[in-house]
Amino acid sequence: MIRTLMAATALATLASPAFAETIPVAPGEGAQERLQEALILAEPGDEIFLQAGRFVLTDGLSLDVDGVTLRGAGMHASVLDFTAQEGSGEGLLVTSDGVTLVDFGVENPKGDGIKSKGADDIVYSRVRVTWTNGPASTNGAYGLYPVESTGVLIDGCEVSGASDAGIYVGQSSRITVRNSLASYNVAGIEIENSRKAIVERNYVTGNTGGILVFDLPGLPVKNGGEVLVRNNLVANNTTANFAPEGNIVASVRRGTGIMVMANDTVWVGQNMLYDNPTAPIMVIAYPLAFDDPEYNPYPREISVDWNIVDEGGTDPQFEGAEQLLAAFGGALPPVMWDGLEDPEMTTLMVHPDLAGWSVNLPRQGAGIEAARPGKLDVGAIGQPISIEGWGAPEALEARLP
Amino acid sequence: MRTPALLLACAALALGVGIGANATAPAIDRDGAITGTALPRTLSEYGFFRDAPAQSPAEGVTPYRLNMPLFSDGAEKLRFVYVPDGGEVGVGDQTLLDFPVGSALIKTFAFGEGADRRLIETRVLLHRADGWLALPYVWNEAQTEATLALAGTRVPVTTPYGEQINYRVPNKNQCKECHGLQGAVTPIGPKARNLSAEWLQAFLGSVPEGADTMPRWEDRASADATGAARAYLDVNCAHCHRPAATASNSGLDLRWETDDPYSIGAAKRPVAAGRGSGGLEFDIVPGDPEASILVYRMASAEPGVAMPELGKATVHEEGLALVERWIAGMPTP
Repeated sequence: MIRTLMAATALATLASPAFAETIPVAPGEGAQERLQEALILAEPGDEIFLQAGRFVLTDGLSLDVDGVTLRGAGMHASVLDFTAQEGSGEGLLVTSDGVTLVDFGVENPKGDGIKSKGADDIVYSRVRVTWTNGPASTNGAYGLYPVESTGVLIDGCEVSGASDAGIYVGQSSRITVRNSLASYNVAGIEIENSRKAIVERNYVTGNTGGILVFDLPGLPVKNGGEVLVRNNLVANNTTANFAPEGNIVASVRRGTGIMVMANDTVWVGQNMLYDNPTAPIMVIAYPLAFDDPEYNPYPREISVDWNIVDEGGTDPQFEGAEQLLAAFGGALPPVMWDGLEDPEMTTLMVHPDLAGWSVNLPRQGAGIEAARPGKLDVGAIGQPISIEGWGAPEALEARLP
Repeated sequence: MRTPALLLACAALALGVGIGANATAPAIDRDGAITGTALPRTLSEYGFFRDAPAQSPAEGVTPYRLNMPLFSDGAEKLRFVYVPDGGEVGVGDQTLLDFPVGSALIKTFAFGEGADRRLIETRVLLHRADGWLALPYVWNEAQTEATLALAGTRVPVTTPYGEQINYRVPNKNQCKECHGLQGAVTPIGPKARNLSAEWLQAFLGSVPEGADTMPRWEDRASADATGAARAYLDVNCAHCHRPAATASNSGLDLRWETDDPYSIGAAKRPVAAGRGSGGLEFDIVPGDPEASILVYRMASAEPGVAMPELGKATVHEEGLALVERWIAGMPTP
C-alpha cells in the first residue's frame, strides 16, 4: 500500500493502537484531494487529524476503512465547508465499521451532512453540522444521518438548519443520542424504524417538532420500538415547518414537543417541555394509507411517565383550533393521543398527574375533521420496563474524548 | 510485483523476444499488475492497449458494448475486458458474467469526436484474490498516459449537448458507491441480458440463457416503452436502488427483474428524499410523470436533488423522455 503520509507523532502513538498513525491534513490548496486521499489510504487504527482552519470542498468526502478516527481541533476550529459543493448526496459518507468522528464542523452541505450507512459501532462526538443561512427548504435533509447500522453513539453534537431532521437515526439498533443540541431544524431528533434507542440529556429547541419517534411502512427495516426518551429539554419548538412537501416530517405541526408515531415500547419520562404549543407530547397512529401487510400503524405499549410540562397546547396548528381551545379552557392538555389503537394491545399509559386529551379519530387514516375530542382516558403507567441492551454498546464509550 | 516484472523484462531481453513495435516500452507484467497488492501508478503498467491514445486494445483484451449503457454526462465509453489465459467465465446472479481472479474490466471515458476526441479517464476493475478493486486513472493533457487518481478530480469538458461542465472523475470510494454490493466491490455492466448474443457467442463460445434481452439504446424509440424504461432504470439506477446496495434504505428497487409496482416506486412515499421530493408525494404516480419524484430528480442537475447522485452534472434528456413515456403510459389505478 502506498503511504504518502508522514510518520506518527510521538504523542498520538502513545494513545493509539500499535502501528496506528496520525495523519495530519491541513486546509488550503488541494484540500479536497489531500483529505480524500488520506481517507482512502488510512489503515485500521489510524487517525486523520484535521488541522484548524476551513477546508473548502467541492465534492463529497467518503471513508470506507474500518476503525479510523477523523478528528479535528474543535467543532468551530476545523470546518469542512461544502458551500461550493458540486456533487454527491452528502458532505461526508462513512461506510465502514468502528469509525470515530470527533471535534470538527460541517457547513452547508448540499444534501445530508454526515451519512453513515451500514457503518456499525460508530461514534459521533462533538461534531457540528450547520446550514449557516438558518432554516430553509433548500437546505439538506439530515445533519447527522446514521442508517442501517448497529451501534450508534452520538454525544455532544450540534445540528441546525436541516430541512428534515437534525439528528436522524434510521433503520438501526443499539443507539444513544445524548448531550446534543438540535436547533432550528424541521425535526430536532428523529428515531425512525429503529430499535433499542436511548435519547437523553439533549437540548432540542427552535425546531418545528422536537423529538420524533417514528415507524413507517414500506421500508426494508420495519418494526421500530424499544425507545427511551428521558431527561431532555424540549423548548420553544415553534419554527414554521420548512420541509419540502412529500416528506413525512412536512406533516409535523409547528409546536410539537415529543411525538411518537406507531412503534412499540416507547418510554417518555423526566423531560422538561416548554412552549411546544401544538402538543408537548403527542402519540398517534401512522395517518396515511399504506400497503404493507407486515406493518402495524398503531402505537403499542407507549408509557408517558412524569415530565415537567407547561400548560400544553396553547396555539395548536389544527383545523378547528379555536373550538378546541374553548372546549379545553384555553390550552389543550399536554398529552395528545389520536385515540387509535391496536385492539390486541395496550396503546398508551400515562402518569396520573399528567393531563391529556384524545382526538378520538374513528379509524386509521381519518382526518382531523372526523375528530370527536374528549378527555384522555387511559391507564396509568405500569411497572418500570427493562432497558437492558438498549442504547449504544458500552465499548463505544472508550472512544469518547 | 516489482521483482517478477523485472525478471520477465530481463528474460525477454535475453531471449530477444517480447519487444513489439515500440522498442522503447518497458516489458509489461499485466497479470502481476492486476493481481498484485500494489496500486499501479499508471495505466500503461497494465499493458491493456497496443495503442492507448487510439484505444486499440492489446492482444487478449476484448472490446465490448452494452445494449443499454449508463449515461455519464454524454461521455463516449470504450469498454474492454481481459481474462487471463485459461480463465473460465461463468454466469451469475442477474446474468452478470462471473470473471475469474486475474480478470480486469477497463472503461475509458472520452469527450469530443474524431480528431478532437479527448480521453478523460480510464476506470479499471481488477479481480484480485481478495475481491474486486476499482481504480480511476486520469489522462494527461498530451493524451500519452493516464495516472492513478485515488481521490478523483474534476475536469472541465464540453458535453455532446454543448454544455460546459466540471466533469467528475470519481474517487476510489465513490467507485464503490455504485459498485458495492453486500459491502464488496462487484462489476455491474457486463450482464448477459445486456450484451449482444453475437458478442457472447464469440467471447464465451455460447449464448447463456436470458442473454440479450434488454433493448438497445439506439432502438429505444421502437422498443416497448416499459422494456426500454426498465432497462434504462436498471442500468442507471439499480446498482444503488436495490437490496444490499448503497440506496437499500430507500426501499426503492429498480432492478430489471423486480415486478412489484410498489418496490419500483408506484404509490411509494419517499423516505429520506429531503428537498429531492420537489414537493411531490410519490416516487411514481402512474399516468402522471410530472407528479413523480423519480422524474423530478432525474430532471435536476442540482446536488442534493439530482439522481443519480454521482457521475451526473447534466440532465440526460433522452433518458428522461424514456422514463416519462413509460410513466405516462402506466395504467392508473
